[in-house]
Amino acid sequence: MKKIVSAKEAISQIKDGATIMVGGFLSCGAPDKLIDELVEQNVQKLTMISNDTSIPSVDKGKLIVNKQIKKIITSHIGTNPETGRQMHSGELDVELVPMGTLIERIRAKGTGLGGVLTPTGVGTILEENKETMTIDGKKFIFERPIGADFALIYGSKVDQYGNVAFYGTTRNLNTVMATAADTVIVQAEEFVDCLDPNEVVIPGLFIDYIVVSSGENE
Amino acid sequence: MNLTINQALQEKIEQQYQRSADFALTKEQIREIIARRAAKEFKEGDVVTLGIGLPTAVADYVPEEKHVIFQSENGLLGVGKSQSGDKIDPRIINAGGGYVEPKKGACFYDSQMAFTMMRGGHIDATVLGALQVDEEGSLASWLIPGKMVPGMGGSMDLVVGAKKVIVAMEHTSKGAIKIVKKCDLPLTAYREVDLIITERCVFKVTPDGLLLTEVNPLFTIDDIKASVTADFKVSDDVKFMEI
Repeated sequence: MKKIVSAKEAISQIKDGATIMVGGFLSCGAPDKLIDELVEQNVQKLTMISNDTSIPSVDKGKLIVNKQIKKIITSHIGTNPETGRQMHSGELDVELVPMGTLIERIRAKGTGLGGVLTPTGVGTILEENKETMTIDGKKFIFERPIGADFALIYGSKVDQYGNVAFYGTTRNLNTVMATAADTVIVQAEEFVDCLDPNEVVIPGLFIDYIVVSSGENE
Repeated sequence: MNLTINQALQEKIEQQYQRSADFALTKEQIREIIARRAAKEFKEGDVVTLGIGLPTAVADYVPEEKHVIFQSENGLLGVGKSQSGDKIDPRIINAGGGYVEPKKGACFYDSQMAFTMMRGGHIDATVLGALQVDEEGSLASWLIPGKMVPGMGGSMDLVVGAKKVIVAMEHTSKGAIKIVKKCDLPLTAYREVDLIITERCVFKVTPDGLLLTEVNPLFTIDDIKASVTADFKVSDDVKFMEI
């Protein structure tokens, strides 16, 4: 049995200066209720690892607009002009990482590897100041693992054992992020007693806290 | 390398395009010419990943009977029609954030699987836009230092991994030359482009440099020479682009 808590309770564990991973591709599969609570509690100086910064008015975008993020490690900021503005004014430190590399760095952390070798970025500015290795005549860049204090993820259906199932394209980075943080909080769009084992995408052992989207579950 | 405009083509040109001094094409015409041409590059059953913007329009020109499967980096293999109104399901999107329908035979997957497909060499072709492409087949598309910083998203992985890389873009950007000798903007990938398609011409990237294989009949080879800084050779069997 996993701990089913309110969004308030779950998010209150996150202190100023923490590193968080947030799932979702734009708004699809983003844990919006958890983010709303993070905005409500106004936790500051966060380092955020996410695919993108969405648009200013929703989910991840709100954290940028509310200036709660000190540093972001992401693959794309083009959909949120405020991210670019804060970057140019020096308020926000932005580290851009190719999406595939970002995912593999997170995976490396979650799966206990010391990093990954990728052909992505060879011959570009991303190669600067990084170790490279040539394997069978092909050059690769060494990329380090990346983890977080907290992962805030979304699940379409979550059961009391923490097992998570998804609908549509909501899986995206949620699956890999569940493996790479000290504490993993899942926002359950629907909470069920027990999922069919065939349906489960994220095994329950990765999940620490469940927050049910609809209403207060104390 | 003789290109002569026969009477039938001449009539078609006059019908379709205003005979303005510079044959200025509208945005819609440019988009259609490029997308229609790019769509011809796919073979029966190809798995294709399209970039955001103009490349997305390529799907509209691929005949259904070709059974091309569109892959999306956010987790959908078998991207179908755009959805609107009450058919929208916010849990099913494409990589541009648009609501789409999964086609028959489609499947969903996570980002790790998406990039296993893309970087791992399992995508037959990709079509994407660019800010600059050079004569070595390098492209720049994600950063104009100090100005525009959208980020690379999945483009760097895709270009490195796809079997065939097609750049589909407007020939120039507000008059600025985009097909250059060497990109001066930060690269998306080094020497990965196979084909460049614009509204004016088609270049194949070969080990010996660019080869002009098709020209829009509204333009001459000299027009092309004047609108790129890259060196190129003209193919022995250079053809007119279909317009």
